Amino acid sequence: MKAVGKAIPHESAREHVTGRALYTDDLLPRYPQALHAWPVQAPHAHARILRLDTTPAYAVPGVVRVLSASDVPGLNDTGLKQDEPLFPTEVMYYGQAVCWVLAETEEAARLGAAQVALEYQPLPAILSIWQAIQQGSFQGATLHARRGNPEQALAASPRVLEGELELGGQEHFYLETHAALAVLDEADHLLVHASTQHPSETQEIVAQVLGLPRNRVTVQCVRMGGGFGGKEVQANPYAAVAALGAYLTRRPVRVRLNRLQDITLAGKRHPFYARWKVGFSEDGLLHALQMELYSDGGWSQDLSEPVLARAVCHADNAYYIPHMDVKGRVCKTHKTSQTAFRGFGGPQGMVFIEEVMDRVARSLGLPPEVVRERNFYRAEGTGHRAEESHILKPGAQSPEPVPHSTTHYGQVVKDVERIRLIWDELKASADFERRRLEVARYNDQNPHRKRGLAITPVKFGISFNLTAFNQAGALVLVYQDGSVQVNHGGTEMGQGLHTKMMQVAAQTLGVLLESIRLMPTRTDKVPNTSATAASTGADLNGGAVRDACEKIKARLAGVAAQKLGVHPADVVFEDGQVWSLWKPEERLGFVEVVRAAYAQRVQLFADGFYRTPGLHWDKTRMWGKPFHYFAFGAAVSEVEVDGFTGQYRLRRVDILHDVGDSLSPLVDLGQVEGGFIQGMGWLTLEDLRWDAKGQVATRTASSYKLPSFSELPEVFNVRLLPRATEPGVVYGSKAVGEPPLMLAISVREALRDAVAAFGRGGIVELASPATPEAVYWAIEKVRERILVSGD
Amino acid sequence: MGEIGFWLNGQKVQVAGVDPHTTVLAWLRQQGLTGSKEGCAEGECGACAVLLLRPDGSGSRLEAVNGCLLLLSSLAGQEVWTVEGLARGKALHPVQEAMLQGGSQCGYCTPGFVVSMAAEYYRKGRQEFDLEALSGNLCRCTGYRPIKAAAFSLGQPPEHDPLARRLAQPAPVVESLDYSPSVTSTLPQAQRFFRPGSLRELFQIQAEHPSAKLVAGGTDWVVEVNQRFARAPVQIDLGHLPELQSLSWTHEYVEIGAGVTLSEAERWLQGRIPLLAEWFPRFASRLIRNRATFGGNLGTASPIGDSPPVLLALGASLVLVSASGEREVALEHFFTAYRQTALRPGELIKAVRIPLPLLPESCFYKVSKRPMDDISTVAMGIAMQRSSTGRVEAIRIGLGGVAATPVRAYQTEAALLGQPWEESSLRKAAQVLKAEFKPIDDHRGSAAYRTAMLGNLLWKFYTETPEVLA
Repeated sequence: MKAVGKAIPHESAREHVTGRALYTDDLLPRYPQALHAWPVQAPHAHARILRLDTTPAYAVPGVVRVLSASDVPGLNDTGLKQDEPLFPTEVMYYGQAVCWVLAETEEAARLGAAQVALEYQPLPAILSIWQAIQQGSFQGATLHARRGNPEQALAASPRVLEGELELGGQEHFYLETHAALAVLDEADHLLVHASTQHPSETQEIVAQVLGLPRNRVTVQCVRMGGGFGGKEVQANPYAAVAALGAYLTRRPVRVRLNRLQDITLAGKRHPFYARWKVGFSEDGLLHALQMELYSDGGWSQDLSEPVLARAVCHADNAYYIPHMDVKGRVCKTHKTSQTAFRGFGGPQGMVFIEEVMDRVARSLGLPPEVVRERNFYRAEGTGHRAEESHILKPGAQSPEPVPHSTTHYGQVVKDVERIRLIWDELKASADFERRRLEVARYNDQNPHRKRGLAITPVKFGISFNLTAFNQAGALVLVYQDGSVQVNHGGTEMGQGLHTKMMQVAAQTLGVLLESIRLMPTRTDKVPNTSATAASTGADLNGGAVRDACEKIKARLAGVAAQKLGVHPADVVFEDGQVWSLWKPEERLGFVEVVRAAYAQRVQLFADGFYRTPGLHWDKTRMWGKPFHYFAFGAAVSEVEVDGFTGQYRLRRVDILHDVGDSLSPLVDLGQVEGGFIQGMGWLTLEDLRWDAKGQVATRTASSYKLPSFSELPEVFNVRLLPRATEPGVVYGSKAVGEPPLMLAISVREALRDAVAAFGRGGIVELASPATPEAVYWAIEKVRERILVSGD
Repeated sequence: MGEIGFWLNGQKVQVAGVDPHTTVLAWLRQQGLTGSKEGCAEGECGACAVLLLRPDGSGSRLEAVNGCLLLLSSLAGQEVWTVEGLARGKALHPVQEAMLQGGSQCGYCTPGFVVSMAAEYYRKGRQEFDLEALSGNLCRCTGYRPIKAAAFSLGQPPEHDPLARRLAQPAPVVESLDYSPSVTSTLPQAQRFFRPGSLRELFQIQAEHPSAKLVAGGTDWVVEVNQRFARAPVQIDLGHLPELQSLSWTHEYVEIGAGVTLSEAERWLQGRIPLLAEWFPRFASRLIRNRATFGGNLGTASPIGDSPPVLLALGASLVLVSASGEREVALEHFFTAYRQTALRPGELIKAVRIPLPLLPESCFYKVSKRPMDDISTVAMGIAMQRSSTGRVEAIRIGLGGVAATPVRAYQTEAALLGQPWEESSLRKAAQVLKAEFKPIDDHRGSAAYRTAMLGNLLWKFYTETPEVLA
């Protein structure tokens, strides 16, 4: 039996369903002496702190300590770029924590926090991308990717369109809010339990704030109740507060944000604004694209620059655009520090180019799917039109093939034919052409309700843009009874990483899944790890786990070979049994071999290490090979829109997605379905708003709506692309965490298609998120056009 | 006085020294029963769901409710089950077993889903699984498809199922309560929690504590407690007042007690009032409806409360009661200003009366971002009667979200009365309606959109009514 590729439940599923799975704050009952922390949040988007007096807080019974800047033994900063003071002197966003109160109970801490005396001098605040652009308020570098000569190509294009679009942010709304619990032991060693996607960085920041070497701090993450990028760097300040409190009071300190605090304190998906100019021909083929991207980064740099880099690198999605110029800037505003969120800028870049595709198509009166497929990346020297396949460059002797599979940042799209393969297969299985006719018929018969249908592709680059992060470690321990502990640097947030790692370890060692135990992620097991992010968790850690298991297996093979009297290369490990290719009937138990190895003083544990090969990236020129490979997919969505209200329902969704050879099909299916719904939430109902004071207006679950059961498509067909082996990745698999999120762009495009049906052709402007109100105004616009044109 | 007792997962527990504002969720977690989670503390996500045993004929039934909105003191004398009580040793409950196949990812919302699903699993007479049972649970990971599959895979409880056997027995009899924990360093103020057993008892308590907070389902009040840290030295639980539990269908009216939960009303009505049948599933979630009452929803007098638009369209009135007697007030006169009502000091809502016969044609529209469990941007209830010649004989339009209080659209009604039900009259009426109210901008919708909806919802109703009466 193969362990890899088997559809098994999540490794913690039994604990999940019984309520026995523990999350960071569930550990609290183990520490009855723990103090509870509560933040004092500033009621200004931008202000100088003139006076901070913590003494009144101590009058509240139960208050033990108020943490402020003077308490910090190390650096008063929880960022890697030193722009995130833990206790600020200048308030940079509404609700920023200026100090923290520790008390015997949560209630006492809250009441104490209310007594801290503060005086502020309000300062002018920048609260939108527009204000930031006007005032030149940016942070980080200008990012610029360029190929060809877009200016010239635009001038020569038969048609040119200009456009712009704003994209809203998105609240992570992991069900488990930020939490940390720090305990100082008798040797002044800190153990910090934290809900963090990046334990090594949490360790680094805690050490930085306390002024300790990192070997005095251990960070453990049992599991997270969701992360989605929101706990990649932003778990750090809360871990630092807990650690500082424990360090100063010598008592365990617990930080757990309630939902209101979590939404007002933590960063979100970046809102974006883009404007573009596109040149194309009558058949919808793009010649040139100039695009400027602006993201709202909030008050600190955080991960805004790499997020923007990914947006720039995904402004092509699946399309070859010969001449391209994409520039991006991060705006500095007085808002929460926007951060990683599943897709990491990729979704924004891709929504923009899909917006361009749709507008090009509708301006020409062509079906959007036709324009999309005409522009796909494709093998060198092939093309929609013959003359497009080869070009004669000035001074060259013979025509050269057009680099149709090379991106605007210089990377060749490997397996480029999969874009078209997936597209065609999905169109067939979703019965796309027939349904186009059905939708048209329905729309002819119904004046007040219209249906829309759309298909959109996904091409998403896998690897951290920063090459150094593409490494991972593991530590695998085999005990004498044959049971195995697997440690790796990745964290479990529901994505099924531990399940996959179990499968990889069982497969590599040739033991049963039941023999493997996945350990909580700890920095004292595997050091200097990367964030579990960028969808790379299974690729990187799987490589490392496999490496460690291979080392152990090689040693065991030597022991078994002796017993079996064969060459070690001929020894097979499978299902807890060991045999030789020559005599398959003669079987040794894995345990037997392990015991023999121990007796022969053979090492039964090993470290493993993995680094992604072949990456190179010139950050200043934005040129190179930042990605190991691309994940592909496509989705067809059908919606029905009510013309009176703009309310809609999702009738059917069909997805075909490429996960390579799935390590764990049930897990991967869950990632595809869940990613799609989350992306749909961002593009349709999740309407993140800030008010005029800079406060998050939608700061509760009752005002910020996530997809619920009512958003589940009535028909939902999801398939994984078969025979999709990805050589060079652990067991031929591909990353799956982020790419499916962008399949949801098909919902936005289907809504636009339905809106278009209320009018008589032409471009359809649809705001994002496409809430019922946004859809309604889009319908009104196309209806107005009918009235103006006198039809 | 200083203690409360209840049954937890089949075991009797006695609790002392707990602040009456403590929620069941907070208490469970302090006890180390951390299966129930806090995701939002306002009854939106359902991660905190627990099962409450309620009387049902000669036996009992399990209702899933939000543990974050249930005060521990209100549990006194009741029986509650949590996710920890479902499995038998290593043997998973059938609902838990079903959820293994992809039903959980991060697992944080899972116990809540398991609890909601278990309540539906044990619903007597269940033919197929009603997904409405899961309308109050949010999952951020799975996208719901595998949870739906798990729900639909469930069979009937086997005969020996311990909980099914428990449900054959009656729920504990709930008695009146006067709970006041002793004052300690962590509980510095004297606090009391009453549960009167009759209106007479209630009025006596109120006479002694005139500013006491009245709590029905708690689905609004406990949100205030959790999120804005509202505290009341004296709280009075109305949840078990027999006088507020009436359900009767007479020749003149249908009466629903103010303390009847919406789920109970829904079950009892069995679709006999079509407008309400259409409306119930659009009111919050099953978890909330299992606690929320008409009395509570009307008493809070929110301009975006969901029940006023339909009850206004139904022409409902309210029976108000105080120590000095009862009086009936038409609902249209009940809301006097933003969050203000005609209730006098010492008075409370006893019942809602819906006059009979019902107007034959009706509809409820709720414009919101999310169809399920969302607060309305604009809500409209319409009830109408047309004459044999197709003229409007009677019409009532109730609206929410367009003014400081829920409102009747009198001008629009007048514009339609006696008019033929046809495009020209509707065009005029839609203009009247759009001019009748001046809605505001907020994060749920712009004023312009709300205004547009006023006219459009009336139009929508017109296009959805048959041209000629059958």
